[in-house]
Formats: sequence, structure tokens, C-alpha cells
Amino acid sequence: MDLRFTQQELAFQQEVRDFLNASLPEHICAAVRSGAELPRTVLQEWHEILGRKGWLGTTWPKEYGGPGWTPVERYLFDVECNRACAPRIVPFGPSMLGPVIQNFGTREQKDSILPRILSGEDWWAQGYSEPGAGSDLASLKTRAERDGDHYVVNGQKTWTTLGQHANKIFCLVRTKKEGKPQEGISFLMMDIPSQGLEVRPIRLIEGGYEVNEVFLDNVRVPVSNLVGEENKGWTIAKFLLSHERTNIAGVGISMQALEEVKSLARRMIRKGKPLIEDPLFAARIARVEIDLEAMKITNLRMLYQAQKQGHPGPETSILKIKGTQVNQELRDLARRALGPVAAPFPGTITEANLMFGPLNSEANAATYFNNRKTSIFGGSNEIQRNILTKAMLGL
Amino acid sequence: MNFDMTEDRQMLSETLSRFLADRYDWETRNRVAYTAPYTDAGRWSELAGLGIPGALVPEEQGGFGGTGFDISVVFEALGRALCPEPFLPTLLASRALEAVGKDQTGLVDGSIRYAVGISEIDAPYDLAGMATCARANGAGFSLSGRKTAVYGAQVADRILIAALLDGKPAVFEIDPRAAGITPYGMIDGGGAAEVLLDGTPAVLLARDAGALLNSVIRAGRLALCAEAVGAMQFAYELLLDYLKTRRQFGVAIGSFQALQHRTVDLLTEIEQARSITIAAADALDGPDGDLKAAMAKNLIGRAARLVAEETIQMSGGIGMTWEYAGSHYSKRLVMIDHQLGDTDDCLEEVMQSYAA
Repeated sequence: MDLRFTQQELAFQQEVRDFLNASLPEHICAAVRSGAELPRTVLQEWHEILGRKGWLGTTWPKEYGGPGWTPVERYLFDVECNRACAPRIVPFGPSMLGPVIQNFGTREQKDSILPRILSGEDWWAQGYSEPGAGSDLASLKTRAERDGDHYVVNGQKTWTTLGQHANKIFCLVRTKKEGKPQEGISFLMMDIPSQGLEVRPIRLIEGGYEVNEVFLDNVRVPVSNLVGEENKGWTIAKFLLSHERTNIAGVGISMQALEEVKSLARRMIRKGKPLIEDPLFAARIARVEIDLEAMKITNLRMLYQAQKQGHPGPETSILKIKGTQVNQELRDLARRALGPVAAPFPGTITEANLMFGPLNSEANAATYFNNRKTSIFGGSNEIQRNILTKAMLGL
Repeated sequence: MNFDMTEDRQMLSETLSRFLADRYDWETRNRVAYTAPYTDAGRWSELAGLGIPGALVPEEQGGFGGTGFDISVVFEALGRALCPEPFLPTLLASRALEAVGKDQTGLVDGSIRYAVGISEIDAPYDLAGMATCARANGAGFSLSGRKTAVYGAQVADRILIAALLDGKPAVFEIDPRAAGITPYGMIDGGGAAEVLLDGTPAVLLARDAGALLNSVIRAGRLALCAEAVGAMQFAYELLLDYLKTRRQFGVAIGSFQALQHRTVDLLTEIEQARSITIAAADALDGPDGDLKAAMAKNLIGRAARLVAEETIQMSGGIGMTWEYAGSHYSKRLVMIDHQLGDTDDCLEEVMQSYAA
């Protein structure tokens, strides 16, 4: 065993650092550091920079314009981006639809869709969940009925992340009612806006607009927008979910969050001493740092395994569970470190009462509340435990 | 980056595991673990013949291993079989002897058994609170004090003792026959002794030995972590087996979601424990060695207790019985925390790294 990265991997890491130093604009970096919601323009600008470099579709093979990175290189890229305070890549086009089209799409779909993802022209959203179909995705009800060379789509999607920015959406729809629920599902792409398609924001617990409902009322979609075969969408759905779970540990994000917690705890004073010298608080930091330290290795072990086998196994669910626990504990600690200064509602602190506390403190409690989502989305942590049970217990 | 074991270590692991399965079966284990002198002289020699002590010692000192990963491989296999033979004191002594450049032939071939006395009742895990003192005595030294729960001291030919000399920790070697040795068995199997020193003649091995003792403790912590990983893995497999075979309400109890999710949580923590032990093994003699070992021992302390308590709970009354192997694993997993620094103690060491 040898935990050191290879010379090649270290050279790659340096290349990423150099690129980020040279190409990540200061205003984007500052926006990320503030912890506030990023506007579309900022995300778009960053996507275009990455797209030009060929680093947007990080999982794509070279033939489709990807960098052809190994899992370890993708991990290093993620860690470096978080360290540099780069925005995360909005995954729906680059990380989810891209690989789906590459594996299941027609030649025409590959030619028309993939370049527009990399250029940032198309912004994709995901239409998987429904009000009655979250973790139990197979029970989805949105219908698509054939009418000549169109499908007519009716139903409702929900939890559509950043759907307000998107001009395209891919959906799972029901094309057959008979048989097993998994066997009547198809994978369909649609335009936003389309006649009868409406995106309505859902306001989240912290007050932000990150997710949306999508209402579909007799939306006409060309049959050529079907990916793969009709009624075979479940295979694609599972393929896409496995891509959603790559890099799910969020080690890079948590490493950055740990640094923030420590620096905050060094700045904040309690009983005349820096908070980091308070044994109860320091103990909590130490525990989560140890868990994160172990998780870095767990993550690398699984990447190493995936690299050898060619695909990740069910143990990625372990990363999801532990990764979100660590992340949520760190967000809790950041909020606790601020004490009363964490209380104001984001955006209501004005220059006049800045003496209240650090300027960027106001996003901390909001981030804490927002990040309760991580153990719910991408298959709730309870679902991950079910997946692991099946893989391990054979029951 | 490479997470595969080298061929040599794989062979070492297989050889040791096979020996333990064949020659250290469960009946043997329990007999040795709970009957004085808590070691089997014949099997100890056989293990030495296989080169197990040698795997803990670097080549320059007559062994063929001694790195973090060598230590891990040996102790993980010992942990899996819950072997009570005193390899931990062997490792601790070897690290101390290595630091002072002393010949280790007897340790490597198993003919000389060592124990290492660091803990005291009022200072179980830290050198700062140590009270045992050395006094210059003509050409040599004499020691006074009491070392507690000295593992392996019940059969040791030599005991290394940490004692204060001119206010600083130093390391001495004594002949146990010159000290008061009160042997006893441990709740989790294996043996130890109280070592009473009352003007006991001693040979000075190292003065100002704070760093030396830290290196001994660091390696010992790694060994305990690896042992726990092996024991946790085995206890977990026993539990899975039980969940699949034990039926209630007409179905295997493993089909109950309440138990499934808790079982998965154990898996998650065991994988984390394995990871942090790898990190500690990798860092053993590097600049982060002490910190990573403390991190590992803290996480292991938490995970091992969880596995111990949950496997008892989920095995129902069976987990409470002497008859069931899992109960002995639970005991060892909990009591590992009492050796060379417990969960809280190690956490505090990590916290100290935050001090500006």
C-alpha cells in the first residue's frame, strides 16, 4: 500500500492549480466565498471557462470532448476547485445527461446535444421526482401518450434544481400503464419554454429559490426527443443515478468547510479566548476532522477499486451516508461558532449595522438549513442503507 | 496511489491466518486466553518459527519488516482470530530496543519475552504524570514505583520500564525476578501483571526518552487499531450470519429494516476504521505519525464500542453468552480502548494540534 499520489497525478494536481490560479476570476471566487446563492451569470461564466478548457464534462471520454480523466484525477480536480472557491459544476447537463446521450443516444442526438452542453448554450434541468414519487421513483405518474410523431405529456415534476435557469429538461415519463411499474417508463427531453410547460419556484427553508415544480399540461414533444427505446427508460434512469452518485462523498466541499470552521473558531472569542480553545467546541471539531480524514481514505480506496473494476460498486452508498453526515456536522459547527451573529436573515444586514459581526456570517445559518437536503436528495440516506442491505445481506 | 497489499505481506497474512485457524482454534483460544499463564509456550515458539515477531522488526535489527503496514497486517490477523498471545508487548519492546540499537535476536526468535511497563494507576496514558523514579546506584540504577496492567509481564524474561531520571522520562531494563510481579488475567483474555519496583536494580537504556516512548506508543496504537479492525470485521461477519439464520415471526430477522439500517451503519464505521488505520500505518514514522495515530485510536475507540454493543444487542440473548464467540470479540473491542490512550485522551491530542 502506498497513499502517495503518483508523479503523474501530482503533475495533474499542479496543472489544475495553475489553471485555477490563472483562470478563476476573482469576482467569481468572492461570490462563492460569500456563501450566498450564485446568480446564473456567474455559473454560466464559469461553465464557459471550463468548457473552453475542455474540463466541463469531467466524466466524458475524449471522443466527445471530455478530458478523459481517471476517477483519481476527477477527485483531485474536485478538491482543488473547492480549495480555490470555484463554483461547483451544475451537474445536470455535463455530468448526467452527457453520459446518458453518449451511451444511449442516436448519432443525431450526440451531434446536436453534446456540443451545446460543453459550450454552455444549453442549460439542462432534471425532471425525475414527482410529488408522489421521490425515493420510490418507479411510482411516477407523469404520462406521455403518442399522437402521430409527438408525445403529449401531462403531469407534474418537482425538486427540479436550478430549473429557473434552464432552457431544457430531461424527464422520466410513463408510456405504459400495464406490467411492472419499471417497465413502462421512458426518458424524454423537452424544451423550456414549451407550450403547456410551466416552471414554478419552490421557496426553501432558508428563504432561497433553488428548486422548482414543473407543471406539464398537454406539452407536445417530438418523438425524436426520446432517448433509447420507449418503455426502456428505467435502465437509463439507473445509469444516470449511478453517475449522480460519483463524487458523492463531497470530500472537497467538506475539506473547505473544515477550514472555514477552524478559521471562524479562531476569530470568534468566547470568555476571553478564541473559541477553538474551548474544549467542548474543539472536541467536536476534532471528531469531525478525524471522520473526514478517514473518509478521504475511504473515498480514495473506493476510487481505486472503481478504477480497477471499471465501475463504482454499491459501496458508493457508504460515501453518501458518511459524506453527508460529516458535511452536516461541519455546517452545524460553523453556525454554532457564530453564535447570535448567525441569527439575522440573509440580506437584511445593512452597512449600518455591520458592527454586528463578520460580513459573510449571514450565509452560515442559511447554508446549515439548506444543507439538511444532502441526506435527502440523490436517494435519501435511508434508501442508501436499503441499497447496502441488498448488496451485503443478500435478503 | 496503491491500496493493494504487497505479495510478501499478503503471504505473511495468509500464513498467520492459516496457522491461527489450524493451531489456534476457538477451544484453544479460550483455554489459553482465560487460563494462567495466558499464553501457550509451544504455540508461541511455533509463531516465532513462522517469523511473526520478525515481521515487526526492521532488517537492520534482525527482522524483515517493521513498517506501519507490516504491523497492520500482523495485528489485523491476530485480531480476527482474537489471539491472546502477547505480541503487543513484543512490538513495544522492539521499537524501544531499535531506538537504542540493542540486539533483538532473542526477541525475533521468540526465546526472550519482553514486556513494557509505561502505565501507572494515576497516569494510565501519559508520560507527564508518571511517578516511578530512578536513582543512580553506584555503577547502575535502581527503580521505585508501580507499573500497572503491564501486558505480558506475567511471562516476561525482561521488562522495559519507563521511569523518571532527573525529572525526565527514561527507559530501563529490569529482570522481573528482581521486582514484585503480581500476575492476573484480563476480562477480554490474555494476561498482565502489576510490577512493583522497590529499589529494583535496572540497566539504563535511554535517557531523556520522551520521543522514544512516543514512538513506542505510536506503534502500539497502530497495532491496537489494526487488531480492532480485524476483530470488528470478524464480529460483523458473525452478526451477518446470525441475521440470516435466526428467524422470528416466520422470517429471518435480517429482513427487519430496523436491524438492516443499523447493520449498514456498522459497515460504514468499520470501513472508516479501516481507512484511518491505513492512514496511521502510512504515516507511522513520518512527521504526522503521532497525530494520525491519535486520530486513528480515537475513531477506533468509537467504532469498536459501537460494533461491540450493537452486535450484542442485535444477537439478542445469544450475544450475552460465554458460549457465543461474538461475546468475546465484544469484550476485546471495548477493552482495546483501555490500552495506550483511550478515545477521549486521543481526541485531546488531536485538539492540541489546533493550539496556535
